[in-house]
Amino acid sequence: MSKDRSSKNTMENSGLSADEQLLFCNARPEPYKPYSIKAVEDFANWARANSLWILAFGTGCCSIELRPLMTARFDISRFGIAGRPTPRQSSVFIIGGYVSVKTLKRIIRSYEQMQGPKFIIALGSCPANGGMYFDSYNTINQFDLYLPVDMYVTGCMPRPEALLAAIMELKEDIKAGNCDGANRYVENLDWYKANQKKVIKNWDMPDYNW
Amino acid sequence: MIYASMSEWFGRVGYFGLTLLIVTVYGLLVGALIERIIAKVQGRVGIPYSQPFINIAKTFFKRTAVSHGIMFYLGPVFRIAGGIGTLAFIPVIYGSEMFSNFSMAGDLFLVIYFMFFGQLGMALGAGESGHPYSAIGIARGLSQMTAYEVPFALAVISIVIQYDTLSITEIVAAQQGGWQNWTVITNWVATLAAMLAFLGMTGYSPFDIFLAPQEIPIGPPTEFHSAYLSFLQINRALFGATKLVLFMNLFFGGATGWVELMIKTLLIYMVAIVVGVAFPRFRVDQGIRFFFKIPTLIGIMSIVYVQMVLA
Repeated sequence: MSKDRSSKNTMENSGLSADEQLLFCNARPEPYKPYSIKAVEDFANWARANSLWILAFGTGCCSIELRPLMTARFDISRFGIAGRPTPRQSSVFIIGGYVSVKTLKRIIRSYEQMQGPKFIIALGSCPANGGMYFDSYNTINQFDLYLPVDMYVTGCMPRPEALLAAIMELKEDIKAGNCDGANRYVENLDWYKANQKKVIKNWDMPDYNW
Repeated sequence: MIYASMSEWFGRVGYFGLTLLIVTVYGLLVGALIERIIAKVQGRVGIPYSQPFINIAKTFFKRTAVSHGIMFYLGPVFRIAGGIGTLAFIPVIYGSEMFSNFSMAGDLFLVIYFMFFGQLGMALGAGESGHPYSAIGIARGLSQMTAYEVPFALAVISIVIQYDTLSITEIVAAQQGGWQNWTVITNWVATLAAMLAFLGMTGYSPFDIFLAPQEIPIGPPTEFHSAYLSFLQINRALFGATKLVLFMNLFFGGATGWVELMIKTLLIYMVAIVVGVAFPRFRVDQGIRFFFKIPTLIGIMSIVYVQMVLA
């Protein structure tokens, strides 16, 4: 990361005070390219699809449906899926249900700390259209205005089988090389940031959480 | 050891590379097998055998990586250097010119130092990541390591007195000729102390507080990701298998072939697994108190035993 704070390729970090700005990296993320050799990229995609680590961050009530997947009945580890307690090492973020504005801030922080390629599964009706919280004052209605979503599972609540099916479909998509949410996010970063700042009034964190 | 020519030395390095490959792959496979056994205990199917290899490939092929500084880079490098260095001085197959590695007169000392080295390097690297959970994990890990090193060191001193040598090859040689010559029979007190220390070394429950995924996100490696993490994953398999080989050499008569090695190391590992599946987790202060009480006493008794009974 560049330490140069004056170059053009930086974020403003205007939510932070001048002292705090020195504590955070202000580099602007760049989209990454696939490997130039197709066989290498295919192999990498196969490995990514068969080793999905889920960030253990339950954002709403639907994340209760995640727990049965780890138990003997569904046993998600058969498919190479494991929970990971730190965003640095995980590659899948399952948005478990409604997203309040407070939680959205934490979701953005966690998502930006994950290393690419990273994927988002939106679980339940709430991240898609607000669900039963459609007219709530503190819950967002459409999640993909704020972060790129790769797969939706609708229902209130969806059964664990539905989530399992979504993960299987996500695996197929990753193998085909179609899941580029992280790149979409970086390419349209200004649009996403404008949307995020529209709902998050107390923006007291860096513009991009490295 | 003095080599007759440069080419002989290079040949030895090549054989060591082969040993390294076999031991690492074996360590990864054993890791998957253990995961499957634990899953069976819990009524699940468990991960496929290929899963550790896929995980390493995945972390290696991550497209982005951030750094927290020079020491953060060097942490995983020191860690894997500790793993490779430990294996380099342990004779893996007794009597085999190919797989005796760089075993020499004082290798037991060197091996014990190398086992420390990786942990300390990792502590420096994880410390620079600046994550508070890393710091907590390091504090817990190092204090637990200090505690289990005491009975282990006492057990090693005991068998050094017993066999009157610091060479692992000679210790293995002294145990040949049937199971009644193994250290586990001739000096069972030292073996008991070392096996209790082994429970702490493997990091399974009840001594897994420094990794504790539920409270401090996996401890020291919290901030490590992408290729750094793939190094740590490889080292975890390599170092785990190396410690098993060391215990097999010191206490269970060594091995004269790969099949014997695999059976013996798997059975040694099973001790930690059975205890781990059956017992809940100690807090770090409880773990340290445990090691400083019974296992340390057994370690001191083993030295008395070797002086009074075997001398």
